[in-house]
Amino acid sequence: MTRLRPVAAALAAVLLAAVLWEVVKVAAPDAGVHVGGASILPRTDAVAMPHVWDVVQRTLQPETSAAGAPSVLSSMLHACWFTLGVAAVGWALGVVAGFALAVLMQRWRVAEESLEPWLVLSQTVPLVALAPLVVGWGGRIHLGGLEWQKWMSVALIASYLAFFPVAVGALRGLQSPAAAQVDLFRAQAAGWGRTLVRLRIPASVPHLLPALRLGAATAVVGAIVAEVSTGTKGGIGRLIISYAQSASGDPAKPWAAIAAAALLGLVAAGLVGLIGLGLRRFRHTEVS
Amino acid sequence: MSTPATAVDARGVGKVFESRSGTVTALQDVHLTVAAGEFVSLIGPSGCGKSTLLRLVADLEEPTSGELVVFGKPPRAAREAGDYGITFQQAGLLPWRTVSANVQLPLELHGVGRRARAMRAAELLALVGLAEFADAFPHQLSGGMQQRVAIARALAEQPSLLLMDEPFGALDEMTREHLQTELLRISASSGAAVLFVTHSIPEAVYLSDRVVVMSARPGRISGIVDVDLAAAADRTEGLREDAAFFAAVTAVREVLHGAPAPAVRGVDVR
Amino acid sequence: MTAALARRWLAPALVGVVGLALWQTLVVAADVKPYLLPSPTAIAEQLGQVRPLVWSATLATGANALVGMLAGSVTAILAALLAARSRSVDLLLSPTAAAVSVMPIVALAPALNTMFGTTSNTPRRLVVAVVVFAPVFVTTLRGLRQVQPVHRDLLRAYAATPRQAARTVTVPGAVPHVFSGLRVASATAVVAAVVAEYFGGLQNGLGSRITAAAANSAYARAWAFVLGAILLGLTFYVVTLALERVVTRRHGG
Repeated sequence: MTRLRPVAAALAAVLLAAVLWEVVKVAAPDAGVHVGGASILPRTDAVAMPHVWDVVQRTLQPETSAAGAPSVLSSMLHACWFTLGVAAVGWALGVVAGFALAVLMQRWRVAEESLEPWLVLSQTVPLVALAPLVVGWGGRIHLGGLEWQKWMSVALIASYLAFFPVAVGALRGLQSPAAAQVDLFRAQAAGWGRTLVRLRIPASVPHLLPALRLGAATAVVGAIVAEVSTGTKGGIGRLIISYAQSASGDPAKPWAAIAAAALLGLVAAGLVGLIGLGLRRFRHTEVS
Repeated sequence: MSTPATAVDARGVGKVFESRSGTVTALQDVHLTVAAGEFVSLIGPSGCGKSTLLRLVADLEEPTSGELVVFGKPPRAAREAGDYGITFQQAGLLPWRTVSANVQLPLELHGVGRRARAMRAAELLALVGLAEFADAFPHQLSGGMQQRVAIARALAEQPSLLLMDEPFGALDEMTREHLQTELLRISASSGAAVLFVTHSIPEAVYLSDRVVVMSARPGRISGIVDVDLAAAADRTEGLREDAAFFAAVTAVREVLHGAPAPAVRGVDVR
Repeated sequence: MTAALARRWLAPALVGVVGLALWQTLVVAADVKPYLLPSPTAIAEQLGQVRPLVWSATLATGANALVGMLAGSVTAILAALLAARSRSVDLLLSPTAAAVSVMPIVALAPALNTMFGTTSNTPRRLVVAVVVFAPVFVTTLRGLRQVQPVHRDLLRAYAATPRQAARTVTVPGAVPHVFSGLRVASATAVVAAVVAEYFGGLQNGLGSRITAAAANSAYARAWAFVLGAILLGLTFYVVTLALERVVTRRHGG
């Protein structure tokens, strides 16, 4: 019962947003509202703001008028599946790298002192800005027999974005055991490795889980952004752009793609959230 | 209008907490009277309901049975009239306010003007010996000093009753003894009745006119010990080595640990 | 004192210098193609050449990030105040904020471009505002909730009205939390402002310059704009951090 409450509230929020959307459509002038050259309210005609039910309906219809075209829904599902896969590869890479760095920084104080400012710095700077550049690698690198694919660039960007929250969260988690607990292990003559496995890693769970979840969300953002700035085909990012280009004739389609991208973010975070279910006894004081 | 001779009168007060895991009887059939100006300590093992009793008097909780009267009024009316000042185990100072602004808080909440507030705060800080720290922030003070600020805050509106919930519980022994003597001086000069929760027998004996001993499960009064030492203002550190002091400590300890001690129980149970 | 200070600054600085030197030697010695990675000196040279352009693009993107961040933060703080007072508002807004925080908000950019017109800065500012909303709302609400029990008892003991409770305890207590939210938001605001430009619209900001340069194979120049984006992000972060220090200095942190 108490578990259903937030779900019901979330549904209510979605419903409220839809109602608000329709109210703005009715209340605001078609041409939008401009104050001193800046547009405050959007154009509310059918092209700019299609009805909510039109968007829902559109997802079930064929993507294009060509014979045998798949429905918008099925192309979006395919695209989301592709992006989710790329984001998952990126997320996994980012988690491994981030965790490894955190362990390194926990082990050697010098590593922490010299790398931590850079870690903070890298969180504050827009590294996704690199996306169009990394993406240029597609088809130009050959590692032995392996040719660098465009999707690999996308996954690399995604891993880059997942890396930082994980590194920061893991480091904080590994450093979280109380001095008394560390002393206890020391007193038992437990080495660094044993202390890591038996104390620090279990203690890091409450810090690590939110970081993993955040990492999953940022990996999806990274994958979508990288797809867009490369023009990598097959993913939801590309679909958003191509649907947006046909917005004047088919205004409901881009909104459907945006909704799909939003759901993708939720699904990715939700999947990672499942990891936490098995770790309940380590999660007494989760910090989000 | 004169203050009634009775500060607190509890008649058959009980408190039951309902929780998901069942009901807990925190207090059962408590009868207690605190006279105006009297210093009464509540002592007992954890879970005996001594803090709960204090919170009932403060109207921070409501009794589930019995009747509680504070200065002839229901606790709620007494709270809203500002009849009591209160301190807790934590000083509970607001970290973003200066020491002086913390002392002024109750006055500010009750609409006292800025100048009057500042003057009263200066007076109180002088009383607790922190005059030079008026503009400091709480984090710059030691635990004992913070607790003294909390006492000054509790005295801000010249209440006729002070409610103190283990105020020295988190302090080291030396600071503690120092503050006890200080509290005796302050309470004597203010003439307020004090209801003081503690788990230290010497502390209870040193401070109190009467020590109320409570037992747990269910929380109730198992005996009351009269402490016949010097008047509050005349109690000094030397008293701690006095034979009468030890006798009172022993008496309290016997009630606390003793199997039902009907002899002692008869002394002053109402 | 000075030794600790030196240690604190020296080690990271050393890592930075060594990193740059490695980068330069790697690019030169291994003859790495510019489309993979241009050398630091090539980037610096380009930066010198296109400095006015980098500056104007940084200003354009910075303005979007600033306006969006202000709008998003103000909305978030007001919403948190509402949610702290009303259970039903909280029930609606808290899951929404949690969901928004894991959604790729930049994906809204193309549709917003259609709604507001491609010559408008509003779509980008709106994206930034939505991105900023979630962290500021969540931390502010947490701060408003986090009243210590002893303070709650104290206010009740002194019969404080709800308004007095808000003014003396709840709101001042929430201030450090608001600022920790703003600090997180400041970094993401710039990221969102840059990335939103990848989704079309006006061509005046850092994001569009980076893509344009990359499309023309002017990789060193693209990196020069990336450097602009990095400096912009840092500026936002440092300014918010400084504000936080000034405002919360009294909290005895």
